[in-house]
Amino acid sequence: MRALKHFFRSFALWELLKGMAVTGRHFFVRKITVRYPEEKTPMSFRFRGLHALRRYPDGEERCIACKLCEAICPAKAITIELAERDDGSRRTTQYDIDLTKCIFCGFCEEACPVEAIVETRIHEYHGESRSDLYYTKEKLLANGDRYAAIIEADKALDAKYR
Amino acid sequence: MLEIEINGKKAEVPEGSTIIEAAQLAGVYIPHFCYHRKLSIAASCRMCLVEVEKAAKPLPACATPATNGMRVFTHSALAVKAQKSVMEFLLINHPLDCPICDQGGECQLQDLAVGYGDTKSGFAEKKHVTEGKSAGPLVSMREMSRCIHCTRCVRFGQEIAGVMELGMAYRSTHSEITTFLGRAIESELSGNLVDVCPVGALTSRPFRYLARSWELVGHRSVSPHDSIGANITVQTKAGRVMRVLPRENDEVNECWLTDKDRFSYTALHTEERLTKPMLKQGGKWHEVSWNDALDYVAHGLKDIAANAGSDALAALAAPWATVEELYLLRKLMRGLGTDNVDYRLRRQDFSLDGKYVGASWLGMKIADVRHLDSILIVGSFLRKDHPLLTQRLRHAVQKHHAEINLISVTDDDPKLDLYTRQNVSPAGLPLALAAVVKEVAQIRGVALPELAFVPESEIAKWIAASLLRVKHKAILFGHVAEQVGTAGFLHQLGLKLAELTGATFGFLGEAANSVGGQLLGLGKETNTRQMFANPHQAYLLFGFEPELDCANPAEALTALKGAKMTALFTPFKHAPALEYADALLPLAAFTETSGTYVNIEGRVQSFAGALSPVGEARPGWKILRVLANTLNVPGFAFTGSEEVLHEAWQEAGVSVDAEGFASGLNNNLAVTPALTLPPPEEMPEGALERIADVPIYFTDPTVRRAAPLQETSSAALPDARVCAATLARLGISAGNTVIVRQGAGTARLAVAVDESVPEGCLRVAAGHPLTSALGGMFDPVFVERV
Repeated sequence: MRALKHFFRSFALWELLKGMAVTGRHFFVRKITVRYPEEKTPMSFRFRGLHALRRYPDGEERCIACKLCEAICPAKAITIELAERDDGSRRTTQYDIDLTKCIFCGFCEEACPVEAIVETRIHEYHGESRSDLYYTKEKLLANGDRYAAIIEADKALDAKYR
Repeated sequence: MLEIEINGKKAEVPEGSTIIEAAQLAGVYIPHFCYHRKLSIAASCRMCLVEVEKAAKPLPACATPATNGMRVFTHSALAVKAQKSVMEFLLINHPLDCPICDQGGECQLQDLAVGYGDTKSGFAEKKHVTEGKSAGPLVSMREMSRCIHCTRCVRFGQEIAGVMELGMAYRSTHSEITTFLGRAIESELSGNLVDVCPVGALTSRPFRYLARSWELVGHRSVSPHDSIGANITVQTKAGRVMRVLPRENDEVNECWLTDKDRFSYTALHTEERLTKPMLKQGGKWHEVSWNDALDYVAHGLKDIAANAGSDALAALAAPWATVEELYLLRKLMRGLGTDNVDYRLRRQDFSLDGKYVGASWLGMKIADVRHLDSILIVGSFLRKDHPLLTQRLRHAVQKHHAEINLISVTDDDPKLDLYTRQNVSPAGLPLALAAVVKEVAQIRGVALPELAFVPESEIAKWIAASLLRVKHKAILFGHVAEQVGTAGFLHQLGLKLAELTGATFGFLGEAANSVGGQLLGLGKETNTRQMFANPHQAYLLFGFEPELDCANPAEALTALKGAKMTALFTPFKHAPALEYADALLPLAAFTETSGTYVNIEGRVQSFAGALSPVGEARPGWKILRVLANTLNVPGFAFTGSEEVLHEAWQEAGVSVDAEGFASGLNNNLAVTPALTLPPPEEMPEGALERIADVPIYFTDPTVRRAAPLQETSSAALPDARVCAATLARLGISAGNTVIVRQGAGTARLAVAVDESVPEGCLRVAAGHPLTSALGGMFDPVFVERV
């Protein structure tokens, strides 16, 4: 009986019609694709994208070289060297994040006692070689300066959950 | 023994122990800050409060003696409540700046705050801020707000360093730890304050803001800077030594370390390191490959041996060279047909060579020094030469009023309560010691006609009485007693005195491997003095700087300048050597080589390299192996330093027992001590007798290049010190600059009045570039006005 049913269905192209029905149904459903890059999907203020080192309003870098981000980084993507600056404060002389190693877990941001290292919502960046994705202290501070307004706004949104 | 119950665990503890000690034996940890095993009890932090059955209140475990049948609860509700409250109090003024604190990650307060701290504090008022202090180049006191007033540092100063440089000023919430009138911390043990401080108030200046404790990899090693061979942990990160910490060994250095041992690493990764072999060709220096350099040295040695006989070759090694290096150097020289090898660079008197029964040593275990009741120390700068042995003596004085008698050449403060002290000129040492021997002989009824002419002295009577009164006693010789021209005679006097009093006779020891060198039998056939006084044609100099590390730099330099070939094995670029040397071979520093030292109590301590050598530098034993292979000397197929050590001990007939002590230690002589006083050396007209100390931070090439140590007051420029009477005789006033002359060598020095310098003597430090042109350390010296 089952074999007979299968025989007639295969001649009636039943499977094909079933597939076409799915396609047909979706033809009239509301679309969720966006036309990137003109259109963009909404994004959480907690999105973990490109890293940035922040500054205080007076221009002083926030990072105090405590090395907690380096210690917690599960991918060992952060390298920090430090020294005493001329004014006696504890500062990094080298702060590198290798984005090819980074797994964007956000632990560095969580570990930071002074909210210096942050992961911004910026995810549209690229590099043409591996070294382009090796972010040095200068590049990270430049990120912080460039995206300062976005970072501040995201931090403000996140503040009430902290 | 007492039986005590801690958290239900029964423990047997010795009588007189406190609860915290009992808990340690029972394996229970009680949180504490002010308690330190090696310091007295203060009970000021109250962190160790525990509940004791039948006690009305929680009791401090560090200050409560254990009693029989006592039941202690360290984690009961009452105890934990007390501990948490104490933690809250300790944290009210603590800045909680752990992220920028160097102690972060290895901080007792941080660790205990995790267990006993609360997330909130009931303290809403303003925190008290204490101003930072400047305390010199070694210890940082910049963040004194972190201090929790445990007073460990104060007690350390009083009890261990012997000088109270830190104290608690003001009262109550305003109390703060401070140096006296803002002075720097100058103790030679000051680095231990960093270890002793449970928080980040006292931190290491050279290590400041360089690394975190969790990044560092520790390597066990042994310090090469003094005779006790302090056990150290060399902590490295990315191929660099980041710091050196003590490795606890109660038999040797306890938990302490001298500043020299702790901070000498700062010289290791500087521009001054020699990283490539260098040769002088046509009057110019070139960096060359190892092959070329060793070929050159090998050819030089071969040619000179062929033309002038192998006796024209001489090899001198530093007394801080390892057993392996000393052994291979001698084996190499023997392969070339000569026995001209020595390591006793600062000695002047070699009259006892061939008469020693064994290697000269302390005569006892280092740990036993603190049990002595009466000690006679001859010719030592104590605190500067042997900081940790002096600490043991200090302990003996503090704990059971040991009587320390010092016969020396200067009045330097040993920070030690002395029973008697006598200050004589170096040439007067035999007479002063002979007076004691004579006195003891008289009391014992032994006739010593040789000493009949020795004048009696009041102080000798005191020393004799002190030595005869007690059971545990020792006669210990310091650097001066080993380095003066009458050292051989002093040795015999010391033996006689030990025989008469029943005291232990020993030496405090010159350098890290003096005992090792003597165990190997180096210098039996010849000695440093012969090798320099009768110029040889080729010199191999291993690990030292001849113009700074020899008894008579002027003589050494004359010999070296006249030599056809001088090869210097050195870890450092060494500017003066560019003039007299022909080859500079980069030697690995002490952290970069494996090796063995035998310390002054005969303890054989081997260590492995902590990291690979800088640049093309290589461990000494490897260089010597390859040099020997280049010279086709047989028997150099070693693959590891252990093989070298094994062969060295076998050849020297030395066995090492299960506890790690070498056999063959003996201070006795194969001859009966001759007590006939040698005739005093004729002093030239107008000459003064030189007293030369080697300042604590100029004792070896590494220490001399350690920048933080060189910034301390102990590394000040040497001056010419002389007593007022002698000064008046010379017609010079203090503060003037004079020319100090020994033979052809001169030094321009400022004159300072120092009443502790004996009449007719001039104290001029050795081991410093400023005085490196001068001659013998205890020889006549002339002073001329500029």
